[in-house]
Amino acid sequence: MTGFTPTISTITAAFLASFVEVVEAFTIVLAVGVTRSWRPALIGAALALALLAALVLAFGPLLALVPITVLQFVVGVLLILFGMRWLRKAILRAAGVIALRDEEAAFSRETAVLRRQASHRRADYLAGVAAFKAVLLEGVEVVFIVVAVGAAHGQTLYASLGALAAFVRVMLIGLALHRPLARVPKNALKFVVGLMLTSFGIFWTGEGIGADWPGHDLALLAIFAIVALASFAIVRWLRSAYPAAIGGLAR
Amino acid sequence: MNVVRLAVREFIGMFGDDGNLALLALLLVAAITASVKFLALPPLLGGVLLLIGCLAILVQSVRCAARHQ
Repeated sequence: MTGFTPTISTITAAFLASFVEVVEAFTIVLAVGVTRSWRPALIGAALALALLAALVLAFGPLLALVPITVLQFVVGVLLILFGMRWLRKAILRAAGVIALRDEEAAFSRETAVLRRQASHRRADYLAGVAAFKAVLLEGVEVVFIVVAVGAAHGQTLYASLGALAAFVRVMLIGLALHRPLARVPKNALKFVVGLMLTSFGIFWTGEGIGADWPGHDLALLAIFAIVALASFAIVRWLRSAYPAAIGGLAR
Repeated sequence: MNVVRLAVREFIGMFGDDGNLALLALLLVAAITASVKFLALPPLLGGVLLLIGCLAILVQSVRCAARHQ
């Protein structure tokens, strides 16, 4: 799979998924920087990034030792599990069954916690730990997505570039605005990423069990279209079939 | 060690925090793989069944979530 379609799909999936995760991590790092100071915020974030880089360097080369069909199958199954989890939440949010994540609210919660800790003798350390945890926990998902969408067909470099582009973009926008990126349509992005990862997962698991998809790489687009149509239909169905659940959230 | 535990817990949660969804998806993959390997199910048909099965599991999972709200 070295064609144009999978390369673009890989870069897009890595970029969009990383964009969402970096926005969430940025909210916490910004809260630490604004409320406490930038030193613990940046040190915590940098240490987490170094640990994530070490994880990629440690586990990335090991994947090259796994036979490609086994790798496709394992990565495919993991992507199905991971992608369907994202897709499920995105569908429930799009239908109004569960609330959208609010970056302003997350920022307020984090700043409130940091203000309570301001008089603590280890306040800087606690602030740094908050930034470290945020970057590490969101970063673990980014690392998995980059390794997973890249590894099964030797496109880790393209996936990494997609993630790096997302990181740079969020940092530039965030540092220019100096406030949480609350207007990013995160659920729409998560919806698209969930669709893409689920489609990748089905495609690769299929290849792993020996399926010779008609149209080869183009089958990925067909699977994406089918999963997307079904997901939009599920959103419409939920809105009409469970108005009480949606009304409950609105109240 | 806390950091490693935190990262491992996050990693596992990435796949299995909705236990039912993860379990059903794993059972689906296992059933299709076994059918292809041992019952001579054509692999392409296995792939198509995987697609249909994943969508069915998704419908079941969101319906349960909506009901519980």
